[in-house]
Amino acid sequence: MAKTIDHLVDQVRENRVWRSIFRSGTGDSNLHRSLFVQQNVFLHLFSIKARKRTLEFSATWYLGALTFGTFLILVITGILLMLYYHPSVPQAYADMKDLQFVVSSGVFLRNLHRWSAHAMVFLVFAHMFKVFYRGAYRTPREFNWVIGVVLLLVTLLLSYTGYLLPWDQLAFWAVTVGSNIASAVPLMGSKIRFLLLGGTAVNANALLRFYVLHCVILPLAAILFIAIHFWRIRKDGGIYPGESPAEGSAK
Amino acid sequence: MSDPKDFVAVVDSDARRTPRRIAFITKRTSPQVRVKDEDRVMTYPEVFFRAVVAIEVLAIALVVTSLLWDAPLEGLADPMHTPNPAKAPWYFLGLQELLHYFPPVVAGVLIPGLVVMALIIIPYFNINVEAEGLWLRDKARRLRIFGIVVVVFCIFLSVFDVWVALVPTVIVAAFMFLAAQTDPQTAQGFRRWLVKKPLSFWIMTWFLFELIVLTAIGTFFRGPGWSWVLPWRGSY
Repeated sequence: MAKTIDHLVDQVRENRVWRSIFRSGTGDSNLHRSLFVQQNVFLHLFSIKARKRTLEFSATWYLGALTFGTFLILVITGILLMLYYHPSVPQAYADMKDLQFVVSSGVFLRNLHRWSAHAMVFLVFAHMFKVFYRGAYRTPREFNWVIGVVLLLVTLLLSYTGYLLPWDQLAFWAVTVGSNIASAVPLMGSKIRFLLLGGTAVNANALLRFYVLHCVILPLAAILFIAIHFWRIRKDGGIYPGESPAEGSAK
Repeated sequence: MSDPKDFVAVVDSDARRTPRRIAFITKRTSPQVRVKDEDRVMTYPEVFFRAVVAIEVLAIALVVTSLLWDAPLEGLADPMHTPNPAKAPWYFLGLQELLHYFPPVVAGVLIPGLVVMALIIIPYFNINVEAEGLWLRDKARRLRIFGIVVVVFCIFLSVFDVWVALVPTVIVAAFMFLAAQTDPQTAQGFRRWLVKKPLSFWIMTWFLFELIVLTAIGTFFRGPGWSWVLPWRGSY
């Protein structure tokens, strides 16, 4: 049975159309495994080989991968939530109630998006401190650390702009507290706040702005910087292998 | 029968003059080569497989969480009715706690701005790149400098009544000066570990400690009018 399935899979992979899309071909030699990564526009951000030592759980705790995992969950659940959401006052709040009482699995969808968002903020911080305490930011990886700081800020902004969207008391006052801080910037504080909110108070304009930031601008920025962040891992010589490069054992 | 050699054996280290090398392997040495490159695995499938499993475990945990606990949803936003306390998202509550002590331009602009600047310059910070233990060189002078810095900073925090930030500062400083009093060759594992830590370690650990303490206080211990409450008394 398993043999038949393998045979069928091979047949599909040898098919002309399939080969025109995925060029690595059949077979499971290391060459094919290399091509699988190298010939794929997304996967070729990563290196073809990795040091075995860097895959141990203690090396990274997989915090970077997990952060990316929360981002994927957030993109998927976020797009689904957009199908049920109108960025207008007070319809936005009514949509929350619809998610609760009308949409199938609407509560689950919103829960998953919200808890994943909190998890992402937490994981980004954890990833940063783990990288710091391992010393993985040192040359030649210093610029990737800076990109990481940018991604931390993008993550915080994503979470913060998303916080307003349910348009309930919690959202409204959390964003009011936050946007009041922006007005403390010397000289141009009130201008910055006006730009952020599209007005002098948190109102329908602010909701629309936060919606556009949350669903278009910041996700695009995140995707761009994540791509650079991953690509730089390869360019900077792979995941940091640790303080003292182990003397290779004689073989 | 003298077979003329077509080579001359010389000892020379210039690869341009003598491009051919012969290795003489005597009886006692083995032809083993020390492997410099370490074990590597193919990214596909090994790395991807592990990453996918890690992400799946996380996804399951988040799905279970979402099935068990509902995201908060309060009443419709009402600009005329301010809840008490009005709290920012949890990751900003450390800053909101500082806003309670300092003017907004300090707590809301200066401190986060400095934190972001500090984070960016970490890898370009020379002392940091060298990663040398803080007290291993020039100890007397450094003790004076950091002693003054810590005391001045503690006085500053006391003047503004920021006891919640003072306590973590004092604790981290205590460990830092404990490290200064430690012989690098000591038998105690923990103290030997401490003494090797560079300045960046102390700053970052202090930052992490403050972040956790201030965020936890802002999240769990602050109630109406930003007064102290106990989380299990539940006024919020």
